[in-house]
Amino acid sequence: MSALLASTRAELLRLRRWPALWVLLGVWITLNLTFVYGFNYIAYRTGDASAVTEGVPPQALLADMLPTAVPQSVIQGMPMFGGAILMILGALSAGSGYGWGTWKTVLTQGPGRVAAFGGTLAALALVVIGVVLATAAIDLGVSSVLAVVESQPLEMPPLGELAEAVGAGLLVLGMWTAAGVLIGVLTKSPALAVGLGLVWALVVENLLRGVSDLLGGMATVSDHLPGTAAGSLVGALGARGEAEGDGTPGVLTVLDGGTATWLLAAYLVAFAVVGLMLVRRRDLA
Amino acid sequence: MTTDRLTKRYGDRLAVDAVSLSVRRGEVYGFLGPNGAGKTTTLRMLLGLIRPTGGRATVLGMAPGTPSALARIGALVEGPGFYPYLSGRYNLRVMAHYQGLADSSVDAALDRVDLTGRGRDKFRSYSLGMKQRLGVASALLGDPDLLILDEPTNGLDPAGMADMRSLVVDLAAGGQTVVLSSHLMVEVQEICDRVGVIAAGRLVAESTVADLRGASVVLLRAEPLDLALAVAMRVGGDDAVEVVDRVRADAPYGGGLRLSLDPSVVPALTRELVADGVNVLEIRAVERSLEEAFFEMTGPGVRNAGIPTPLETLEVSR
Repeated sequence: MSALLASTRAELLRLRRWPALWVLLGVWITLNLTFVYGFNYIAYRTGDASAVTEGVPPQALLADMLPTAVPQSVIQGMPMFGGAILMILGALSAGSGYGWGTWKTVLTQGPGRVAAFGGTLAALALVVIGVVLATAAIDLGVSSVLAVVESQPLEMPPLGELAEAVGAGLLVLGMWTAAGVLIGVLTKSPALAVGLGLVWALVVENLLRGVSDLLGGMATVSDHLPGTAAGSLVGALGARGEAEGDGTPGVLTVLDGGTATWLLAAYLVAFAVVGLMLVRRRDLA
Repeated sequence: MTTDRLTKRYGDRLAVDAVSLSVRRGEVYGFLGPNGAGKTTTLRMLLGLIRPTGGRATVLGMAPGTPSALARIGALVEGPGFYPYLSGRYNLRVMAHYQGLADSSVDAALDRVDLTGRGRDKFRSYSLGMKQRLGVASALLGDPDLLILDEPTNGLDPAGMADMRSLVVDLAAGGQTVVLSSHLMVEVQEICDRVGVIAAGRLVAESTVADLRGASVVLLRAEPLDLALAVAMRVGGDDAVEVVDRVRADAPYGGGLRLSLDPSVVPALTRELVADGVNVLEIRAVERSLEEAFFEMTGPGVRNAGIPTPLETLEVSR
């Protein structure tokens, strides 16, 4: 246990000094703010019928930007964009250790393979928790300012709804991070891991979902892919899905919330366990 | 540290073939062999980084790679592996955290390898020599009983090599057991107590440096040769003296005598020769270099393992 704690501390120390981590988190926060508030606010103020907000009445636009909509706005970008970014982080964290030779150096320090890899997972879990909480806090802050500026009642979202959103965010981002770590371990190369992971998350899953209508039986498979589960959980919590035209890409309504939650948790655990087994058994040559 | 018929097979290729060696507490053990002979693979097995295909190993009385064994081992294997974006000091702090050590151990280790002044610079910006030294510093963290250094002078300039060797000698003087792999005979000859010679995955010899090199000889060039021969036989005995065509490889002139005697005989022998009216042109004691011993042991069969013979080198350069 103490070895796991020591490994987590060590990994946190090197993660928080890693420019790549802050770049990725900065990109995520920027994406979230731009798509939830930036474009919508410009469209609302100018009455401009842009491609993104076409046909949406201004009042609906404003409602989406108020604090009561934060539970949805925090998580709507997570199934596809936030997930992809955190998967990159996971893939880089695990994969670059092979190229840099740091896995070798770390393992010769004697924490044991399980503790060393567990420390990496634990440190990344703390990063994910930080990302979700920070996103929620920033969105609450920005939406409150907007409410005041637009002279709207400053009404906070129900705490239960906010907690649900945070939980869903943790599951979705956690699952994608674990997926990234697993690909990083499998490929032993950060570049290959990031490339393959992105192709899977952004292209292959979408293609499979497209093909599933044509092939019998494919639907069962494509309905239970990691991205589908992530999108369905977020969709079940009230975020507008991609099928609605003005919704966020990646948000789906394929599975119900309960099924999606269990499936996500199962994927998260499976990715972590398979990664752990690989690290434990494989030669580090 | 002992290994018993330790073997690692990659597909059809035997990287390490039944290597049985033993390292005693407190000694500097040289692990000598050409590139690709299986040195690093053996060391990786001793650290638990890779699993042996066969055989057994015991390190500090424990199975290799267990946390309790690794806690008492410091290692630098196949080049230093650190986070390029972190400073040298931060890299060591991360590794110290992994061992559960306090940050104070980091400063001591940096100081030991003369990197205190550059500790705040990024690892990425280090020269190869500094990277190697940081690798040794991380091996020193936690004051281990056993140090495993895999080619620590690889890629260093002559000054860096000399520094690294004196560091290893210092460490050994402090009582730490050091296992040092190298493909450089001079290095091993200079700083090691005992040597294991590995070629093409097999341990071909294990002994002290002195034993491997064998006894030294005395070479004599003198005129007239027959008179010198008679005097030498009188001093050293009939069997110890041998007439050779050339006493030195780099000079075409004259034959001489090769005496299998201890160098301490030189003054007495010289007096006798002069007293008998022999003109002494040259007399010197010669030690066989480890390199000669090494080529003798490994023989032509393993030359393909990576050491070019002078003739091959010549042909390539043509």
